[in-house]
Amino acid sequence: MNISRRQMLILLPAAAVAWESVLAGTPEQASNYKMSDHWWGMLIDIPKCIGCGNCVRACQTENDVPDGLFRTWVERYHVSDEDMTRPEVISPDGGKNGFPVAAEDDKKYFFVPKMCNHCADSPCTQVCPVGATFVSPDGVVLVDQKYCLGCAYCVQACPYGCRYIHPQKEVADKCTLCYHRITQGLTTACCEACPTGARQLVDLKDPKDPIHEFLKTHSVQVLKPQMATGSKAFYNGLDGSVR
Amino acid sequence: MSIFKDAGHLFRFAGLFVLAFLVFLVVRHYVVPKSFGQYGHYRGAAMGEIAQHPAKFSGHDTCESCHSDVAEKKSHGKHAHVNCEACHGALFQRLPIPEQPKPGIYQRFVNLIVHPPPPDPPLLHHADDPTGVKPELPDTSVLCVRCHTASAAKPKNFPQVVPAEHSNGLPCETCHQPHNPGMDAGGAK
Repeated sequence: MNISRRQMLILLPAAAVAWESVLAGTPEQASNYKMSDHWWGMLIDIPKCIGCGNCVRACQTENDVPDGLFRTWVERYHVSDEDMTRPEVISPDGGKNGFPVAAEDDKKYFFVPKMCNHCADSPCTQVCPVGATFVSPDGVVLVDQKYCLGCAYCVQACPYGCRYIHPQKEVADKCTLCYHRITQGLTTACCEACPTGARQLVDLKDPKDPIHEFLKTHSVQVLKPQMATGSKAFYNGLDGSVR
Repeated sequence: MSIFKDAGHLFRFAGLFVLAFLVFLVVRHYVVPKSFGQYGHYRGAAMGEIAQHPAKFSGHDTCESCHSDVAEKKSHGKHAHVNCEACHGALFQRLPIPEQPKPGIYQRFVNLIVHPPPPDPPLLHHADDPTGVKPELPDTSVLCVRCHTASAAKPKNFPQVVPAEHSNGLPCETCHQPHNPGMDAGGAK
């Protein structure tokens, strides 16, 4: 076979590209977990939260979260009738050890657990300059800590304040929705430890998941809906004063 | 072919571009991780690595497989829906980091530049060493109070007490057995 120099010059790059894709291999899949079968989220039932901080402690134990930083935390709101837009919010040590006793007064009190909203259109993943953070095919916002530069753009971009720079690893860190657990069929550590069922892991692609019935029959809201982040942390009984 | 006459220098220039492109492909092949772009603009293998993180909470089924008596008691009470590890902590516990050999002079020089993260302490499961790794035996004066102290911020239908008035300083387990806290179930005597 005779190949001219011109043909050779055209063929070589094409061959290189083809070889590249061969080397990339086929997608790795866990034996019994199929990413395309899941679309994970979280249901947070505010009227059930008692502010015990079990979720915060469980998350720190499960994920080795450094002291003083939080992948999930609990806030206590104190809202007056006159000025709903300026609630008093406290979260001592992320609510890890509970909250001071609140005396009955003429204002409204309630707890709001917060965590990564695992947004489908997350602003944090869009700003990453190196592709180190992403929405996985099963709907979890993750950080590739081997690839992260620690530039903290994502920390600034998250509208919910759910990211931080890990002080020892010097890379972005955040809630993984206990990806290591949910891919094994377990629930998240925070759901496991919640004594009242105020948090429930939900799989929107599972037709048998009770979330579908719940969303149909309750007034459910997401945080900052005006930002169109496609948040998948669904809050039942969310007060308008929550930011 | 008159238009290609004297165009040899253009072909040589184009050849240089092609060569540079090939060099780019070779460098890219070695620099870009294999799974980058598998699912999107990120490293597909990262998900597998994140999923390798050890789970420390094992779930109530694991506890109940040995402690069926407690599970039975708990199932009749108001704490039936509270998972074991919510009060007793995770079944996996961290052990102290074993003594590391002192790094050599070369490794110390490398560490100055790359700042390796500290090693993770090893993990051991309660089932692997039932006497050595024991889940927390919680202090009821902290545990019960954390959930059941009366506060205006808690849901009105959640059972709450003012501890000082309620028990007059007596420990909760004098009257309430934590696994089945109803008065009819008796205290932990």
